[in-house]
Amino acid sequence: MKIQEADAKSLLVAQGLPVPPWEVAQTAAEARAAANRFLAAGGKQVVIKAQVLVGGRGKAGGVKLAGSAEEAERVAAAILALQIKGIAVHKVLVGPAADIVKEFYLAAVLDRASRRVILMGSAEGGVEIEQVAADRPEAIVTIPAHPLAGFLPFKARQMAFRLGLGDHLKDAVAIATGLVRTMHAYDADLVEINPLAVVREAGAAGAVSERLQCLDAKITLDDSALARHAGLEDLRDPDDEDPADRAAREAGLTFIKLDGTIGCMVNGAGLAMATMDLVKRAGGEPANFLDIGGGARADKVTAAMRLILADPKVDAILVNIFGGITRGDEVARGLIEARQQQERDVPMVVRIVGTNAEGAAVLLREARFETAATLDEAARRAVAASRGAPA
Amino acid sequence: MSILIDRSSRVVVHGLTGREGSFHGAAMLDYGTQVVAGMTPGKGGQTALDGRVPVFDTIADAVRETGADTSCIFVPAAGAPDAVTEAAAAGIKTIFCITEGIPALDMIPAVELVRAAGARLIGPNCPGATTPGQAKVGIIPGSIHREGRVGVVSRSGTLTYEAVQAMSDAGVGQSTCVGIGGDPIIGTTFLDALQLFAGDPETDAIVLIGEIGGAAEETAAAWAAEHLRDVPKAAFIAGRTAPEGKRMGHAGAIISGSAGTATSKVEALEAAGFRVAGSPTELPQLLRDAGYRG
Repeated sequence: MKIQEADAKSLLVAQGLPVPPWEVAQTAAEARAAANRFLAAGGKQVVIKAQVLVGGRGKAGGVKLAGSAEEAERVAAAILALQIKGIAVHKVLVGPAADIVKEFYLAAVLDRASRRVILMGSAEGGVEIEQVAADRPEAIVTIPAHPLAGFLPFKARQMAFRLGLGDHLKDAVAIATGLVRTMHAYDADLVEINPLAVVREAGAAGAVSERLQCLDAKITLDDSALARHAGLEDLRDPDDEDPADRAAREAGLTFIKLDGTIGCMVNGAGLAMATMDLVKRAGGEPANFLDIGGGARADKVTAAMRLILADPKVDAILVNIFGGITRGDEVARGLIEARQQQERDVPMVVRIVGTNAEGAAVLLREARFETAATLDEAARRAVAASRGAPA
Repeated sequence: MSILIDRSSRVVVHGLTGREGSFHGAAMLDYGTQVVAGMTPGKGGQTALDGRVPVFDTIADAVRETGADTSCIFVPAAGAPDAVTEAAAAGIKTIFCITEGIPALDMIPAVELVRAAGARLIGPNCPGATTPGQAKVGIIPGSIHREGRVGVVSRSGTLTYEAVQAMSDAGVGQSTCVGIGGDPIIGTTFLDALQLFAGDPETDAIVLIGEIGGAAEETAAAWAAEHLRDVPKAAFIAGRTAPEGKRMGHAGAIISGSAGTATSKVEALEAAGFRVAGSPTELPQLLRDAGYRG
């Protein structure tokens, strides 16, 4: 699960990492008031940033500076009117603009290939790290955490020196170890600071000092671990999830709404993707990805059918169940129950094979369902039914 | 020979007395697998599966009393990393973890402890493995298999069944079929499985079933290009129609940026000499096109 920059920054602050102050505003007037406070506190400019869960906010005009409260209000109004990659901006973050000396990249990442947490850093921060990785892989420093001992301070020092942060060693070590600590504290897959910046700050009597600050933050959380962290589920961004997807999640199903007309109900993520691919190959467009999971019982099947039929574009349904841990007869019972309850009738092609498929076949025959023997056949017939042919 | 399991494997099932453990434990036994023990803390001394299998309190007890060398884990996600570690500590050499939904960071120390113990973990979130005609461990339906000489490795569960059924229907049997699991952190990778098949004299051809996300298919393809050059190879990749940035069920199945796309995987596999199928039903014919005579 991705979370907003402001929420990610709150998690970093809770772990003791240095993040400049910010406020979240939902209206231009709120942004103006926030800007006023930061400017009165001595800031020369404020930064206003769209809070949306897509990359490339800056390029899309979602990050702007303002030198006065009036300008902040104007800029915030413009950003709040934006759609960035199709997502409406409902909130902006307002904070004092930093006087940046140099920008770095630093992230704790769950690395599948090495089966370790790794710390990735680069002295070329503030830009898209994927681009740096593609153009100049030598500009990225990677240091793995130990799988049992974790990320020890000596590795954080290695990272600091290799990035040229020797002048800020203590802060850099605290931040590097803090990112890994944050990852473990919330079961994150990714804790990314881009940019991590050396910023110039005016102290008392005109003295100028430099320090490290986390100017941006991106955190993605492991969905499998959300249940054991109180409060994290509340950080889910409603704009990042279709209402149908949310209803599915609450019913214990994995559903992703797509644009097509053929509703798909499948057990297993890989088979669900393959079923979508074969619908497309047969000339149709899948309306959704839907994995009813392993061992689904009748109640999950009826919930899944409700979700599929709630999409008015769906004009045919393909049910593809290959029983292993899931038992075919349980799914068949669910389909029969769902059909008794459903308000809308669309042609359906059912294919159930594997564990308890014989029992399923008897039930489906008695209830006069249209069945198919193979996935290719089921996909072809569902596509034909979607075009008006009898299923 | 085959890989991972065969008729001599002695299996202990963690959670044999639970709903999934007893259902699939019985199916394993009926297939001919030597299910020699069950483990449920507090139920030591009892028997399960109609008195056919003794139950122990700890895996160490099961190993000592029955000589178990393989374990199959059905316990819930919260206890699964501990079960994996317990099996490795008790001297189990091949550990199958069927459990899904384990937080990824919990698996990092478990995978390391398995490695340090000199054991092998398959999964988690995997369907297990079958060596047709000899033994099966996990939840793969035994009925889909046919004895033969094609090694099958897959990241998925039910999609594996689909592909194996298509192969068996076409008369193409399997040496061993292994599901490695759809999670980001897994014990045995595509590359590991290909290396095992490469060393197995009873495997003459390879089928790899991958999906979007990560780079494990590409890594395995690069190795196969060099080491399995003359072996007939076919593959299927799920998720060609998946949208970017959406997690497709498996925690591992997400396209981010240009990494992990179906296109990238198909290109890497084709460059390594795999014939890539548009549907799982095409796999047996593609193997024959590649020179497989089984």
